[in-house]
Amino acid sequence: MIRLGWSRTALKGAWEQPGGRRGLLLLALIVIVALVGPAFLPDPASQPDLIRGALLPPGFGHPFGTDQLSRDVLSRVVHGARISLSVALLAVALSATLGCLVGMVAGYFGGWTDAVLMRLVDGALAIPRLFILLLLIAVWDHIPLAALIVVLGATGWFGTSRLVRAEVLRLREQEYVGAAVALGAPRRRIILRHLFPNALAPVLVASTLAVGDVILIEAGLSFLGLGIRPPTPSWGAMILDARSTLFTAPWTGAFPGLAIVITVVAVNLVGESLRDALDPRRL
Amino acid sequence: MSEPLLVVRDLVKHYSTGGVFKAAGPPIRAVDGVSFEVGRGETLALVGESGCGKSSVARTLVRLQEPTSGSAVFEGKNIFDLDRPTLRALRRKIQIVFQDPYGSLNPRMTVGDSVAEGLEIHRLAPRAEIPARVATLLQEVGLDPSYASRYPHEFSGGQRQRIGIARALAVEPSFLICDEPVSALDVSVQAQVLNLLVDLQARRGLSYLFIAHDLAVVRQVAHRVAVMYLGQILEIGPTEEVLANPRHPYTEALLSAVPVPDPDRQRTRILLGGEPPSPSHPPSGCRFHPRCMHPSKDERCSAEAPSLRPLGSAQVSCHYAR
Amino acid sequence: MSPLLEVTGLRVTFPTAAGPARAVDGISFTLDQGKTLALVGESGCGKSLTALSLLRLVPPPGVIEAGSVIRLDGKELLALDAESLRRIRGKRIGMVFQDPMTSLNPVFTVGDQISEGIRAHEKVSRREAWERAVALLQEVGIPDPVSRAWSYPHQMSGGMRQRVMIAIALSCQPDLLIADEPTTALDVTVQAQILELLDRLREERGMAVLLITHDLGIVAGRADRVAVMYAGRIVEEAPTTTLFRHPTHPYTQGLFASMPRLSGARDRLVPIRGTVPPATAWPAGCRFHPRCPSAMPECVTDPPLLAVESDHTMSCWLGTTTRK
Repeated sequence: MIRLGWSRTALKGAWEQPGGRRGLLLLALIVIVALVGPAFLPDPASQPDLIRGALLPPGFGHPFGTDQLSRDVLSRVVHGARISLSVALLAVALSATLGCLVGMVAGYFGGWTDAVLMRLVDGALAIPRLFILLLLIAVWDHIPLAALIVVLGATGWFGTSRLVRAEVLRLREQEYVGAAVALGAPRRRIILRHLFPNALAPVLVASTLAVGDVILIEAGLSFLGLGIRPPTPSWGAMILDARSTLFTAPWTGAFPGLAIVITVVAVNLVGESLRDALDPRRL
Repeated sequence: MSEPLLVVRDLVKHYSTGGVFKAAGPPIRAVDGVSFEVGRGETLALVGESGCGKSSVARTLVRLQEPTSGSAVFEGKNIFDLDRPTLRALRRKIQIVFQDPYGSLNPRMTVGDSVAEGLEIHRLAPRAEIPARVATLLQEVGLDPSYASRYPHEFSGGQRQRIGIARALAVEPSFLICDEPVSALDVSVQAQVLNLLVDLQARRGLSYLFIAHDLAVVRQVAHRVAVMYLGQILEIGPTEEVLANPRHPYTEALLSAVPVPDPDRQRTRILLGGEPPSPSHPPSGCRFHPRCMHPSKDERCSAEAPSLRPLGSAQVSCHYAR
Repeated sequence: MSPLLEVTGLRVTFPTAAGPARAVDGISFTLDQGKTLALVGESGCGKSLTALSLLRLVPPPGVIEAGSVIRLDGKELLALDAESLRRIRGKRIGMVFQDPMTSLNPVFTVGDQISEGIRAHEKVSRREAWERAVALLQEVGIPDPVSRAWSYPHQMSGGMRQRVMIAIALSCQPDLLIADEPTTALDVTVQAQILELLDRLREERGMAVLLITHDLGIVAGRADRVAVMYAGRIVEEAPTTTLFRHPTHPYTQGLFASMPRLSGARDRLVPIRGTVPPATAWPAGCRFHPRCPSAMPECVTDPPLLAVESDHTMSCWLGTTTRK
């Protein structure tokens, strides 16, 4: 029932911009490496290279060097890609869904529903996200991955809901919505066919940019020891581990850090080009 | 003279101001007691300037809004008094075409999907047949059937209006409400769409409620015209009669304000003084009295509201019109 | 008596993904002091851009092409430096924009906005500028100007806002007033008021007016001369009475035939078939020929500019086949 044919035009639009093209290619590369890489690389946790030793600088056999536990850094970075990307993508998907739901309900039904929901959102936005995250994470000793994703997703939807609500309020007054009502369209069809696809554009842009945000937050939490715990290789956790060897063996922290930067840049490039691609279409 | 298709009596639509956190002010009395009839195959034009309530009438008749009071009897049933399934069936018979070609089509749907929407909602054709029906409809409004796979932004204003008309026609209405359908179009394109509407009326036997602010346009398409001001009808009658012999002072002023494309026939214009009053604070008595220049204007005009009375073949709402 | 405004070969181009869009493609006209010239055309013909070019306000990425000439009182406007140009804007040429909703700054009072224009060009005190602003509001017919000067644009109706725009445009006594669709967004009764106002002001001040519009009706009683634009070019130019009585260019004739009238025969309208082509794909030769009922084989090459009479020019091959 929801046909998203226009998303093809959106991607095409993003591709046609130089920044967008680079971002998309980079992101595609990162995703492919994350998906396929671990099959070709040794599992760093179970096969430490004791033969050659720890803290080896980048060289033959270990293109990114090894860390203090003799684990291959390249292999850990690639495995970490899987973790960091899936956490970010799933968390953002959750945020986007929650935000869309709440925003659409508030925008479409208006009145008391809208007022109550929006005051709740206002309250939630007033508290710094890090605070809420820390409070929630404190519930566990070692927060399991699934719970981390849910917590990240559940704290990131407030802004999206306001965005969606504003769009729905605007869209409700558009004449094509009136035309659909006049044709006898039931409420469900109006929401799914007319309001939702048109409200999606800003959500898409905001969500793409949020992926970068979440990667950084997760890295930060892991660095603080509150997120993903070792030995699971997340980029943030790797930097945490590399604290003591940052100056003596910089490659242990530099490569995961670089991975974070490149991924966030790629995601931002795509997000911004999507925003440009979707905007002029809006009439 | 056969049964009229639509009979509207004392339609009232007030908008309340204020919300959950805002105090209410005086209501906006957009439509304040409007009555008219439209016969089969006939076009009644509703003209007036901005704020007169004509668009509110249109939106209320298709039940995009609920009226505050009044009735509208269509084919024997009051359309404000229907249960859900009957209302749904009625929506096939009364359709609407909007003013803004840039807002009346969903930008994320192809032209074909937009036109087919009515067919899908009312299950008027099996899925396999829909493309053929859409193609026929597009041809009927003068567009190439291949346009069905394209998106609205690829088309001009005039073409979009045609698409909107095709969409309305898909459910085979007998009554079409046209809310300023050509106001946003260039003159040459306007002529194309007006001719299309006239042709469709002849071919399909449609009745139109044609909302406009341009009297010259109205003259081209309407059999009868009703002049609205501040939520009420001041004059209603056959188009030629009202335009050639306007009886209400406002109609006279309106006609004289229309620019005439003839340098030799520059009339003396009756310039209406002042600004149109706000619909939340309409003047007492006759709503037009503060700006009226009729020589017989007196205290009765500010005290007592006139009602429509027959004058010649028209009806006029004025104490002193002759 | 040399003309006040002379435009020769004006070209404005926009780079687009589909190639350069020649929105204004070589137009020339003159305007004498104290006279009114109407530039008439439908949307997309380039008339608004022409107006903006006179003040060098063409929005980027649009460019006024080299070879265009705009002379105000003999002075070449396109060659001026920024400061000299600033002194022309508002002081010698005033402009009334189309949409009063978006042309006034919502966060300043109207008194402020008028005063700002005055103080930009003359060394007067704030108080004096304010007093002149109030006087201007009075002149443009705003009731109770003393207190109205403290109003914000959103507190005024469309007609009043347009009057304020006119007051701003006139504040420094320009010689030339450009009115870009000054009444399109207004009701017809308000439109009549505004047009009367413009007429009166023009006579009192002896200004020249360049009136840009799509409505031939407005032009009829008000302009001395009319130039009809289509697809970036002027296709016909004549004194107003002549144009209305003897339109010779097929496009002009088409416009008249497609206009609904309030009086006279109520015939079926004859629209111009087809639609305006996009500015990136102008047809070769005469831009109108694909839609023209009298198209001939010659029309694929640029038609010459012909003088039908001494003051009536038009650009069409039909003129060469001795028709009148």
